[in-house]
Amino acid sequence: MSKKIITPVKEFEDLLTPDYKELIADGPYNSGPKTIDDLGSFREIIEPHPHCAGCGVSLGIRLGMASLPSPEDTIIIGTPGCSYFALTQSALNYSCTAFGNQNSVASGLKRMLKIRYPEKHKDVLVMVGDGGVADIGLDYTLHSWFRGENIATVMLDNEVYGNTGGQESGMTVEGAILNMAPTGKKFPKIPVFEIAKTSGCVYTAKVTVASPKKLGEAIRRAILIAREVGPTYVQVYSPCPTNLKFPPSQTLAIAKEGEKSYYKYEEYMTDEAKKYLSRINES
Amino acid sequence: MAQGKYKVVQGPEAYFPPAAAIMGVTLPDAGDAIAEGEIVPESSAVELIARKLKEAKNPVICPGPLIVWQWSDDASPKAAAVKELAEACKAKILPMQDYRAKRINPAAEISPNHPNVTILHNEIDVCVFVGVHSHFENVALRLIRGGTNCYTIALSEYAASDEAMISLRDAGVEKIKEIIKILKET
Ligand SMILES: Cc1ncc(C[n+]2csc(CCOP(=O)(O)OP(=O)(O)O)c2C)c(N)n1
Ligand SMILES: [Mg+2]
Repeated sequence: MSKKIITPVKEFEDLLTPDYKELIADGPYNSGPKTIDDLGSFREIIEPHPHCAGCGVSLGIRLGMASLPSPEDTIIIGTPGCSYFALTQSALNYSCTAFGNQNSVASGLKRMLKIRYPEKHKDVLVMVGDGGVADIGLDYTLHSWFRGENIATVMLDNEVYGNTGGQESGMTVEGAILNMAPTGKKFPKIPVFEIAKTSGCVYTAKVTVASPKKLGEAIRRAILIAREVGPTYVQVYSPCPTNLKFPPSQTLAIAKEGEKSYYKYEEYMTDEAKKYLSRINES
Repeated sequence: MAQGKYKVVQGPEAYFPPAAAIMGVTLPDAGDAIAEGEIVPESSAVELIARKLKEAKNPVICPGPLIVWQWSDDASPKAAAVKELAEACKAKILPMQDYRAKRINPAAEISPNHPNVTILHNEIDVCVFVGVHSHFENVALRLIRGGTNCYTIALSEYAASDEAMISLRDAGVEKIKEIIKILKET
Protein backbone atom coordinates (compact mmCIF):
# COMPACT_ATOMS: atom_id res chain seq x y z
CA MET A 1 0.00 0.00 0.00
CA SER A 2 2.24 2.70 -1.31
CA LYS A 3 3.40 3.84 -4.72
CA LYS A 4 5.90 1.00 -4.64
CA ILE A 5 3.16 -1.46 -5.50
CA ILE A 6 2.59 0.37 -8.76
CA THR A 7 6.30 0.71 -9.56
CA PRO A 8 7.60 -2.21 -11.66
CA VAL A 9 11.04 -3.74 -11.15
CA LYS A 10 13.30 -2.66 -14.00
CA GLU A 11 13.84 -6.30 -15.06
CA PHE A 12 10.20 -6.76 -16.09
CA GLU A 13 9.25 -3.20 -17.01
CA ASP A 14 9.20 -3.87 -20.74
CA LEU A 15 7.13 -7.05 -20.30
CA LEU A 16 4.16 -5.26 -18.82
CA THR A 17 1.04 -5.11 -20.97
CA PRO A 18 -0.05 -1.70 -22.28
CA ASP A 19 -2.90 -1.32 -19.76
CA TYR A 20 -0.43 -1.53 -16.87
CA LYS A 21 2.05 0.78 -18.57
CA GLU A 22 -0.78 3.31 -18.95
CA LEU A 23 -1.87 2.84 -15.35
CA ILE A 24 1.67 3.58 -14.17
CA ALA A 25 2.26 6.56 -16.40
CA ASP A 26 -1.20 7.98 -16.69
CA GLY A 27 -3.28 6.60 -13.84
CA PRO A 28 -4.34 8.28 -10.62
CA TYR A 29 -1.21 7.08 -8.83
CA ASN A 30 1.64 8.94 -10.46
CA SER A 31 0.14 11.74 -12.49
CA GLY A 32 -1.48 13.64 -9.63
CA PRO A 33 -4.84 13.24 -7.88
CA LYS A 34 -7.86 12.88 -10.11
CA THR A 35 -11.45 13.94 -9.77
CA ILE A 36 -14.70 13.32 -11.62
CA ASP A 37 -13.83 16.25 -13.92
CA ASP A 38 -10.80 14.36 -15.21
CA LEU A 39 -12.74 11.23 -16.23
CA GLY A 40 -11.95 10.29 -19.81
CA SER A 41 -8.49 11.83 -19.67
CA PHE A 42 -6.62 9.26 -17.55
CA ARG A 43 -6.29 5.51 -17.09
CA GLU A 44 -8.87 4.57 -14.51
CA ILE A 45 -8.52 2.18 -11.60
CA ILE A 46 -11.36 0.03 -12.90
CA GLU A 47 -11.68 -1.76 -16.21
CA PRO A 48 -14.71 -1.62 -18.52
CA HIS A 49 -17.45 -3.11 -16.33
CA PRO A 50 -18.84 -6.63 -16.65
CA HIS A 51 -22.32 -5.71 -15.36
CA CYS A 52 -25.66 -5.54 -17.19
CA ALA A 53 -26.16 -2.67 -19.63
CA GLY A 54 -27.12 0.52 -17.84
CA CYS A 55 -25.98 -0.72 -14.43
CA GLY A 56 -26.27 2.00 -11.79
CA VAL A 57 -24.02 0.17 -9.33
CA SER A 58 -21.07 0.01 -11.73
CA LEU A 59 -21.49 3.71 -12.52
CA GLY A 60 -21.48 4.49 -8.80
CA ILE A 61 -18.26 2.52 -8.39
CA ARG A 62 -16.60 4.18 -11.36
CA LEU A 63 -17.42 7.63 -9.99
CA GLY A 64 -16.33 6.64 -6.50
CA MET A 65 -13.01 5.26 -7.74
CA ALA A 66 -12.29 8.55 -9.50
CA SER A 67 -12.80 10.44 -6.25
CA LEU A 68 -10.41 8.66 -3.89
CA PRO A 69 -8.09 11.21 -2.22
CA SER A 70 -5.14 8.78 -2.17
CA PRO A 71 -5.77 5.52 -4.02
CA GLU A 72 -2.33 4.07 -3.24
CA ASP A 73 -3.18 4.23 0.46
CA THR A 74 -6.74 2.96 0.17
CA ILE A 75 -8.19 -0.46 0.79
CA ILE A 76 -11.74 -1.22 -0.25
CA ILE A 77 -13.81 -3.73 1.67
CA GLY A 78 -16.72 -5.33 -0.15
CA THR A 79 -19.19 -8.12 0.35
CA PRO A 80 -21.17 -10.39 -1.99
CA GLY A 81 -23.43 -8.49 -4.37
CA CYS A 82 -23.18 -6.97 -7.83
CA SER A 83 -20.57 -4.43 -6.67
CA TYR A 84 -18.12 -7.32 -6.30
CA PHE A 85 -17.73 -7.70 -10.06
CA ALA A 86 -16.33 -4.23 -10.59
CA LEU A 87 -14.37 -4.06 -7.33
CA THR A 88 -12.57 -7.35 -7.87
CA GLN A 89 -11.05 -6.10 -11.11
CA SER A 90 -9.96 -2.73 -9.78
CA ALA A 91 -6.26 -1.92 -9.54
CA LEU A 92 -6.60 -1.32 -5.81
CA ASN A 93 -6.26 -3.27 -2.61
CA TYR A 94 -9.63 -4.95 -2.31
CA SER A 95 -10.98 -7.56 0.04
CA CYS A 96 -14.36 -9.29 -0.15
CA THR A 97 -15.79 -10.42 3.18
CA ALA A 98 -18.41 -13.00 4.11
CA PHE A 99 -21.79 -11.41 3.43
CA GLY A 100 -22.60 -8.70 5.94
CA ASN A 101 -19.27 -8.74 7.77
CA GLN A 102 -17.79 -5.80 5.89
CA ASN A 103 -17.80 -3.21 8.68
CA SER A 104 -16.31 -5.64 11.20
CA VAL A 105 -13.50 -6.59 8.83
CA ALA A 106 -12.98 -2.93 7.97
CA SER A 107 -12.79 -2.01 11.68
CA GLY A 108 -10.12 -4.61 12.32
CA LEU A 109 -8.11 -3.64 9.29
CA LYS A 110 -8.26 0.05 10.10
CA ARG A 111 -7.08 -0.55 13.65
CA MET A 112 -4.26 -2.73 12.43
CA LEU A 113 -3.22 -0.17 9.80
CA LYS A 114 -3.15 2.59 12.43
CA ILE A 115 -0.72 0.52 14.49
CA ARG A 116 1.41 -0.49 11.53
CA TYR A 117 1.56 2.95 9.89
CA PRO A 118 1.15 5.48 12.72
CA GLU A 119 2.58 8.30 10.63
CA LYS A 120 0.32 7.82 7.62
CA HIS A 121 -3.39 7.83 6.81
CA LYS A 122 -4.50 4.53 5.33
CA ASP A 123 -8.08 4.87 4.13
CA VAL A 124 -10.48 1.99 4.67
CA LEU A 125 -13.57 2.32 2.51
CA VAL A 126 -16.52 -0.05 2.66
CA MET A 127 -18.41 -0.25 -0.65
CA VAL A 128 -21.37 -2.63 -0.67
CA GLY A 129 -25.00 -3.06 -1.69
CA ASP A 130 -28.19 -2.13 0.12
CA GLY A 131 -28.74 -5.73 1.20
CA GLY A 132 -25.22 -5.78 2.62
CA VAL A 133 -25.76 -2.65 4.72
CA ALA A 134 -29.46 -2.59 5.56
CA ASP A 135 -30.21 -6.29 5.97
CA ILE A 136 -27.55 -8.90 6.51
CA GLY A 137 -24.82 -6.52 7.71
CA LEU A 138 -27.01 -4.06 9.62
CA ASP A 139 -25.90 -5.11 13.10
CA TYR A 140 -22.18 -5.01 12.25
CA THR A 141 -22.59 -1.72 10.41
CA LEU A 142 -24.39 -0.07 13.32
CA HIS A 143 -21.92 -1.37 15.86
CA SER A 144 -18.98 -0.03 13.86
CA TRP A 145 -20.70 3.37 13.97
CA PHE A 146 -21.50 3.12 17.69
CA ARG A 147 -17.85 2.29 18.33
CA GLY A 148 -16.73 5.31 16.34
CA GLU A 149 -14.48 3.41 13.95
CA ASN A 150 -12.51 5.55 11.48
CA ILE A 151 -14.02 4.02 8.36
CA ALA A 152 -16.16 5.32 5.50
CA THR A 153 -19.18 3.27 4.46
CA VAL A 154 -20.82 3.61 1.04
CA MET A 155 -24.12 1.94 0.27
CA LEU A 156 -24.80 1.37 -3.43
CA ASP A 157 -28.59 1.34 -3.19
CA ASN A 158 -30.25 -0.36 -6.15
CA GLU A 159 -33.28 -1.13 -3.97
CA VAL A 160 -33.05 -4.89 -4.57
CA TYR A 161 -30.87 -7.95 -4.15
CA GLY A 162 -29.58 -7.63 -7.70
CA ASN A 163 -26.94 -10.30 -7.64
CA THR A 164 -29.28 -13.11 -6.64
CA GLY A 165 -32.04 -12.31 -9.08
CA GLY A 166 -34.44 -9.84 -7.49
CA GLN A 167 -35.41 -10.42 -3.87
CA GLU A 168 -36.66 -7.43 -1.88
CA SER A 169 -34.21 -5.75 0.45
CA GLY A 170 -34.92 -3.48 3.39
CA MET A 171 -34.18 -0.60 1.00
CA THR A 172 -36.74 -1.65 -1.62
CA VAL A 173 -39.53 0.91 -1.81
CA GLU A 174 -42.88 -0.04 -0.32
CA GLY A 175 -45.18 -1.73 -2.82
CA ALA A 176 -42.44 -2.55 -5.35
CA ILE A 177 -43.01 -5.82 -7.20
CA LEU A 178 -39.84 -7.76 -7.94
CA ASN A 179 -39.02 -11.12 -9.51
CA MET A 180 -39.07 -12.74 -6.11
CA ALA A 181 -41.45 -10.38 -4.35
CA PRO A 182 -44.52 -10.94 -6.53
CA THR A 183 -47.06 -9.46 -4.13
CA GLY A 184 -45.03 -6.32 -3.51
CA LYS A 185 -42.97 -5.13 -0.56
CA LYS A 186 -44.98 -4.63 2.59
CA PHE A 187 -43.01 -1.95 4.49
CA PRO A 188 -41.13 1.25 3.63
CA LYS A 189 -37.39 1.74 3.05
CA ILE A 190 -35.34 1.26 6.22
CA PRO A 191 -34.22 4.75 7.31
CA VAL A 192 -30.51 3.87 7.35
CA PHE A 193 -29.60 7.44 6.43
CA GLU A 194 -31.39 8.83 9.51
CA ILE A 195 -30.13 6.01 11.72
CA ALA A 196 -26.54 6.81 10.65
CA LYS A 197 -26.80 10.33 12.07
CA THR A 198 -28.04 9.14 15.45
CA SER A 199 -25.63 6.21 15.60
CA GLY A 200 -22.33 8.03 15.55
CA CYS A 201 -21.68 8.98 11.92
CA VAL A 202 -20.05 12.40 11.83
CA TYR A 203 -20.70 12.85 8.12
CA THR A 204 -23.55 11.53 5.99
CA ALA A 205 -24.62 12.27 2.43
CA LYS A 206 -27.42 11.05 0.20
CA VAL A 207 -26.58 11.27 -3.52
CA THR A 208 -27.44 9.65 -6.86
CA VAL A 209 -25.41 8.53 -9.85
CA ALA A 210 -27.16 11.24 -11.88
CA SER A 211 -25.18 13.91 -9.99
CA PRO A 212 -21.57 12.75 -10.42
CA LYS A 213 -19.91 15.82 -8.90
CA LYS A 214 -21.96 15.66 -5.74
CA LEU A 215 -21.32 11.93 -5.51
CA GLY A 216 -17.57 12.37 -5.98
CA GLU A 217 -17.39 15.18 -3.44
CA ALA A 218 -19.43 13.18 -0.90
CA ILE A 219 -17.15 10.16 -1.17
CA ARG A 220 -14.03 12.31 -0.98
CA ARG A 221 -15.32 14.10 2.13
CA ALA A 222 -16.45 10.85 3.73
CA ILE A 223 -12.97 9.37 3.32
CA LEU A 224 -11.14 12.47 4.56
CA ILE A 225 -13.38 13.00 7.59
CA ALA A 226 -13.21 9.32 8.55
CA ARG A 227 -9.43 9.67 8.88
CA GLU A 228 -9.57 11.73 12.04
CA VAL A 229 -13.09 12.57 13.13
CA GLY A 230 -15.17 9.37 13.03
CA PRO A 231 -17.34 7.05 10.96
CA THR A 232 -18.95 8.43 7.82
CA TYR A 233 -21.73 7.22 5.53
CA VAL A 234 -22.70 7.91 1.92
CA GLN A 235 -25.88 6.47 0.46
CA VAL A 236 -25.81 6.33 -3.35
CA TYR A 237 -28.93 5.73 -5.42
CA SER A 238 -27.79 3.43 -8.22
CA PRO A 239 -30.89 2.04 -9.94
CA CYS A 240 -30.94 -1.44 -11.50
CA PRO A 241 -32.58 -1.70 -14.94
CA THR A 242 -32.49 -5.51 -14.93
CA ASN A 243 -34.50 -5.98 -11.75
CA LEU A 244 -36.52 -2.79 -11.63
CA LYS A 245 -37.42 -3.47 -15.27
CA PHE A 246 -36.74 -0.18 -17.00
CA PRO A 247 -34.73 0.26 -20.23
CA PRO A 248 -30.94 0.45 -19.61
CA SER A 249 -30.82 3.82 -21.36
CA GLN A 250 -33.04 5.28 -18.61
CA THR A 251 -30.76 4.74 -15.59
CA LEU A 252 -29.74 8.38 -15.29
CA ALA A 253 -33.30 9.63 -15.87
CA ILE A 254 -34.61 7.32 -13.14
CA ALA A 255 -31.84 8.41 -10.77
CA LYS A 256 -32.59 12.07 -11.57
CA GLU A 257 -36.28 11.44 -10.90
CA GLY A 258 -35.29 10.00 -7.52
CA GLU A 259 -33.71 13.34 -6.63
CA LYS A 260 -37.19 14.87 -6.57
CA SER A 261 -38.30 12.70 -3.67
CA TYR A 262 -36.48 10.27 -1.37
CA TYR A 263 -33.09 10.85 -2.96
CA LYS A 264 -33.14 14.62 -2.70
CA TYR A 265 -29.53 15.66 -2.04
CA GLU A 266 -28.77 15.85 1.66
CA GLU A 267 -25.50 16.35 3.46
CA TYR A 268 -24.94 16.43 7.20
CA MET A 269 -21.79 16.87 9.22
CA THR A 270 -20.95 17.59 12.83
CA ASP A 271 -19.25 20.85 13.76
CA GLU A 272 -16.07 18.95 14.42
CA ALA A 273 -16.20 17.41 10.94
CA LYS A 274 -16.84 20.84 9.43
CA LYS A 275 -13.81 22.30 11.22
CA TYR A 276 -11.61 19.42 10.16
CA LEU A 277 -12.68 19.74 6.56
CA SER A 278 -12.02 23.47 6.39
CA ARG A 279 -8.67 22.95 8.08
CA ILE A 280 -7.49 20.43 5.49
CA ASN A 281 -9.00 22.36 2.60
CA GLU A 282 -6.97 25.39 3.64
CA SER A 283 -3.70 23.49 3.94
CA MET B 1 -7.94 -41.86 -0.62
CA ALA B 2 -8.55 -45.55 -0.04
CA GLN B 3 -7.09 -46.24 -3.51
CA GLY B 4 -3.61 -45.26 -2.40
CA LYS B 5 -1.47 -42.19 -2.50
CA TYR B 6 -2.71 -39.25 -4.54
CA LYS B 7 -0.32 -38.05 -7.22
CA VAL B 8 -0.09 -34.51 -8.48
CA VAL B 9 0.62 -35.14 -12.15
CA GLN B 10 0.02 -33.69 -15.60
CA GLY B 11 -3.68 -33.37 -16.52
CA PRO B 12 -6.15 -32.87 -17.79
CA GLU B 13 -7.43 -34.48 -14.62
CA ALA B 14 -10.96 -33.14 -14.19
CA TYR B 15 -13.02 -29.99 -14.65
CA PHE B 16 -11.89 -29.04 -11.16
CA PRO B 17 -9.68 -31.67 -9.49
CA PRO B 18 -9.65 -32.11 -5.71
CA ALA B 19 -7.23 -30.01 -3.69
CA ALA B 20 -3.98 -31.94 -3.23
CA ALA B 21 -3.99 -31.07 0.49
CA ILE B 22 -7.42 -32.67 0.95
CA MET B 23 -6.09 -35.80 -0.78
CA GLY B 24 -3.34 -36.09 1.82
CA VAL B 25 -0.44 -34.31 0.11
CA THR B 26 1.68 -32.47 2.69
CA LEU B 27 4.24 -29.69 2.39
CA PRO B 28 7.99 -30.35 2.80
CA ASP B 29 10.12 -29.35 5.77
CA ALA B 30 13.25 -27.25 5.24
CA GLY B 31 15.80 -29.12 3.09
CA ASP B 32 13.13 -31.08 1.28
CA ALA B 33 10.95 -30.35 -1.71
CA ILE B 34 7.82 -31.79 -3.25
CA ALA B 35 7.57 -33.76 -6.50
CA GLU B 36 4.28 -35.14 -7.86
CA GLY B 37 2.80 -35.16 -4.36
CA GLU B 38 5.77 -36.88 -2.66
CA ILE B 39 8.35 -35.34 -0.35
CA VAL B 40 11.82 -35.62 -1.94
CA PRO B 41 15.28 -34.24 -1.09
CA GLU B 42 15.65 -30.72 -2.38
CA SER B 43 18.75 -31.54 -4.45
CA SER B 44 16.88 -34.12 -6.51
CA ALA B 45 13.99 -31.71 -7.07
CA VAL B 46 16.42 -29.05 -8.28
CA GLU B 47 17.84 -31.55 -10.79
CA LEU B 48 14.39 -32.62 -11.89
CA ILE B 49 13.38 -29.00 -12.49
CA ALA B 50 16.50 -28.41 -14.61
CA ARG B 51 15.78 -31.57 -16.63
CA LYS B 52 12.13 -30.68 -17.21
CA LEU B 53 13.10 -27.20 -18.37
CA LYS B 54 15.82 -28.56 -20.65
CA GLU B 55 13.50 -31.11 -22.26
CA ALA B 56 10.58 -28.68 -22.64
CA LYS B 57 9.53 -27.64 -26.13
CA ASN B 58 7.95 -24.40 -25.01
CA PRO B 59 8.82 -23.53 -21.42
CA VAL B 60 7.30 -20.37 -20.00
CA ILE B 61 8.12 -18.55 -16.78
CA CYS B 62 5.28 -16.70 -15.05
CA PRO B 63 6.64 -14.15 -12.55
CA GLY B 64 3.96 -12.95 -10.14
CA PRO B 65 3.32 -9.65 -8.35
CA LEU B 66 5.87 -10.37 -5.61
CA ILE B 67 8.67 -9.90 -8.14
CA VAL B 68 7.00 -7.83 -10.85
CA TRP B 69 6.58 -4.83 -8.53
CA GLN B 70 9.14 -3.06 -6.36
CA TRP B 71 7.23 -3.50 -3.11
CA SER B 72 10.36 -4.86 -1.40
CA ASP B 73 14.10 -4.55 -1.89
CA ASP B 74 14.26 -8.31 -2.52
CA ALA B 75 12.06 -8.12 -5.61
CA SER B 76 14.61 -6.82 -8.09
CA PRO B 77 17.48 -9.29 -7.38
CA LYS B 78 15.05 -12.18 -7.62
CA ALA B 79 13.62 -10.80 -10.85
CA ALA B 80 17.16 -10.64 -12.26
CA ALA B 81 17.75 -14.30 -11.31
CA VAL B 82 14.45 -15.30 -12.93
CA LYS B 83 15.44 -13.50 -16.11
CA GLU B 84 18.73 -15.35 -16.13
CA LEU B 85 16.88 -18.63 -15.65
CA ALA B 86 14.66 -17.82 -18.62
CA GLU B 87 17.71 -17.20 -20.78
CA ALA B 88 19.39 -20.42 -19.63
CA CYS B 89 16.43 -22.57 -20.67
CA LYS B 90 15.24 -20.36 -23.53
CA ALA B 91 11.90 -19.77 -21.88
CA LYS B 92 9.45 -17.02 -22.68
CA ILE B 93 8.30 -14.80 -19.80
CA LEU B 94 4.58 -14.11 -19.42
CA PRO B 95 3.93 -12.11 -16.25
CA MET B 96 1.04 -12.46 -13.81
CA GLN B 97 0.85 -8.75 -13.10
CA ASP B 98 -1.79 -9.03 -10.39
CA TYR B 99 -4.81 -11.08 -9.43
CA ARG B 100 -7.60 -8.94 -10.86
CA ALA B 101 -10.51 -10.82 -12.41
CA LYS B 102 -10.32 -8.86 -15.63
CA ARG B 103 -9.96 -9.62 -19.29
CA ILE B 104 -6.38 -10.40 -20.34
CA ASN B 105 -4.32 -10.74 -23.49
CA PRO B 106 -3.31 -14.44 -23.35
CA ALA B 107 -0.36 -13.87 -25.68
CA ALA B 108 1.24 -11.48 -23.21
CA GLU B 109 0.13 -12.31 -19.66
CA ILE B 110 -1.42 -14.95 -17.40
CA SER B 111 -4.25 -14.58 -14.87
CA PRO B 112 -4.80 -16.81 -11.83
CA ASN B 113 -8.54 -16.67 -12.46
CA HIS B 114 -8.31 -18.41 -15.83
CA PRO B 115 -4.71 -19.52 -16.35
CA ASN B 116 -5.70 -22.20 -18.85
CA VAL B 117 -6.45 -19.54 -21.45
CA THR B 118 -2.78 -18.54 -21.52
CA ILE B 119 -1.46 -22.13 -21.27
CA LEU B 120 -3.60 -23.32 -24.20
CA HIS B 121 -3.23 -20.18 -26.31
CA ASN B 122 0.57 -20.42 -26.22
CA GLU B 123 0.78 -24.24 -26.19
CA ILE B 124 2.95 -24.13 -23.08
CA ASP B 125 4.24 -27.59 -22.08
CA VAL B 126 6.17 -26.57 -18.96
CA CYS B 127 5.41 -23.53 -16.84
CA VAL B 128 7.21 -22.08 -13.84
CA PHE B 129 5.37 -19.99 -11.25
CA VAL B 130 7.59 -17.69 -9.22
CA GLY B 131 6.66 -14.71 -7.06
CA VAL B 132 2.97 -15.58 -6.91
CA HIS B 133 1.24 -15.45 -3.49
CA SER B 134 0.48 -19.01 -2.36
CA HIS B 135 -3.30 -18.70 -2.18
CA PHE B 136 -3.56 -17.59 -5.80
CA GLU B 137 -0.77 -19.90 -6.94
CA ASN B 138 -2.63 -22.83 -5.44
CA VAL B 139 -5.89 -22.26 -7.25
CA ALA B 140 -4.19 -21.37 -10.55
CA LEU B 141 -2.01 -24.49 -10.52
CA ARG B 142 -5.01 -26.65 -9.71
CA LEU B 143 -6.91 -25.17 -12.65
CA ILE B 144 -3.94 -25.89 -14.93
CA ARG B 145 -3.63 -29.55 -13.94
CA GLY B 146 -7.41 -29.83 -14.16
CA GLY B 147 -7.76 -28.61 -17.71
CA THR B 148 -4.41 -28.87 -19.55
CA ASN B 149 -1.47 -31.24 -19.96
CA CYS B 150 1.06 -28.60 -18.96
CA TYR B 151 3.78 -29.62 -16.49
CA THR B 152 3.84 -27.16 -13.58
CA ILE B 153 6.78 -26.03 -11.44
CA ALA B 154 6.53 -23.63 -8.48
CA LEU B 155 9.54 -21.83 -7.01
CA SER B 156 8.03 -20.68 -3.74
CA GLU B 157 9.52 -17.98 -1.55
CA TYR B 158 8.11 -19.56 1.61
CA ALA B 159 6.33 -22.91 1.90
CA ALA B 160 6.31 -24.71 -1.51
CA SER B 161 3.09 -25.39 -3.42
CA ASP B 162 1.36 -28.77 -3.10
CA GLU B 163 -0.59 -28.12 -6.30
CA ALA B 164 2.54 -27.96 -8.49
CA MET B 165 4.10 -31.05 -10.02
CA ILE B 166 7.45 -29.98 -8.57
CA SER B 167 7.95 -27.27 -6.03
CA LEU B 168 10.83 -25.87 -4.01
CA ARG B 169 10.35 -24.03 -0.73
CA ASP B 170 12.53 -21.10 0.43
CA ALA B 171 13.35 -20.62 -3.24
CA GLY B 172 15.31 -17.38 -3.30
CA VAL B 173 18.05 -16.20 -5.62
CA GLU B 174 20.52 -18.91 -4.56
CA LYS B 175 18.26 -21.81 -5.42
CA ILE B 176 17.36 -20.29 -8.76
CA LYS B 177 21.11 -20.01 -9.46
CA GLU B 178 21.53 -23.72 -8.67
CA ILE B 179 19.00 -24.57 -11.38
CA ILE B 180 20.75 -22.22 -13.81
CA LYS B 181 24.10 -23.88 -13.02
CA ILE B 182 22.78 -27.35 -13.85
CA LEU B 183 21.12 -26.06 -17.01
CA LYS B 184 24.41 -24.56 -18.17
CA GLU B 185 26.43 -27.67 -17.32
CA THR B 186 24.22 -30.16 -19.12
C1 LIG C 1 -24.41 -15.20 4.30
C2 LIG C 1 -24.89 -15.10 2.89
N1 LIG C 1 -26.23 -15.10 2.65
C3 LIG C 1 -26.68 -14.98 1.39
C4 LIG C 1 -25.82 -14.87 0.34
C5 LIG C 1 -26.35 -14.79 -1.06
N2 LIG C 1 -26.28 -13.45 -1.61
C6 LIG C 1 -25.24 -13.07 -2.40
S1 LIG C 1 -25.42 -11.51 -2.99
C7 LIG C 1 -26.91 -11.34 -2.20
C8 LIG C 1 -27.72 -10.09 -2.31
C9 LIG C 1 -26.94 -8.85 -2.47
O1 LIG C 1 -27.80 -7.76 -2.47
P1 LIG C 1 -27.22 -6.31 -2.29
O2 LIG C 1 -26.38 -6.23 -1.08
O3 LIG C 1 -28.35 -5.35 -2.37
O4 LIG C 1 -26.23 -6.13 -3.53
P2 LIG C 1 -26.60 -6.02 -5.11
O5 LIG C 1 -26.34 -7.36 -5.70
O6 LIG C 1 -28.01 -5.58 -5.23
O7 LIG C 1 -25.65 -4.99 -5.62
C10 LIG C 1 -27.23 -12.49 -1.47
C11 LIG C 1 -28.47 -12.67 -0.68
C12 LIG C 1 -24.43 -14.89 0.62
N3 LIG C 1 -23.51 -14.76 -0.35
N4 LIG C 1 -24.00 -15.01 1.90
MG1 LIG D 1 -28.89 -4.19 -3.96
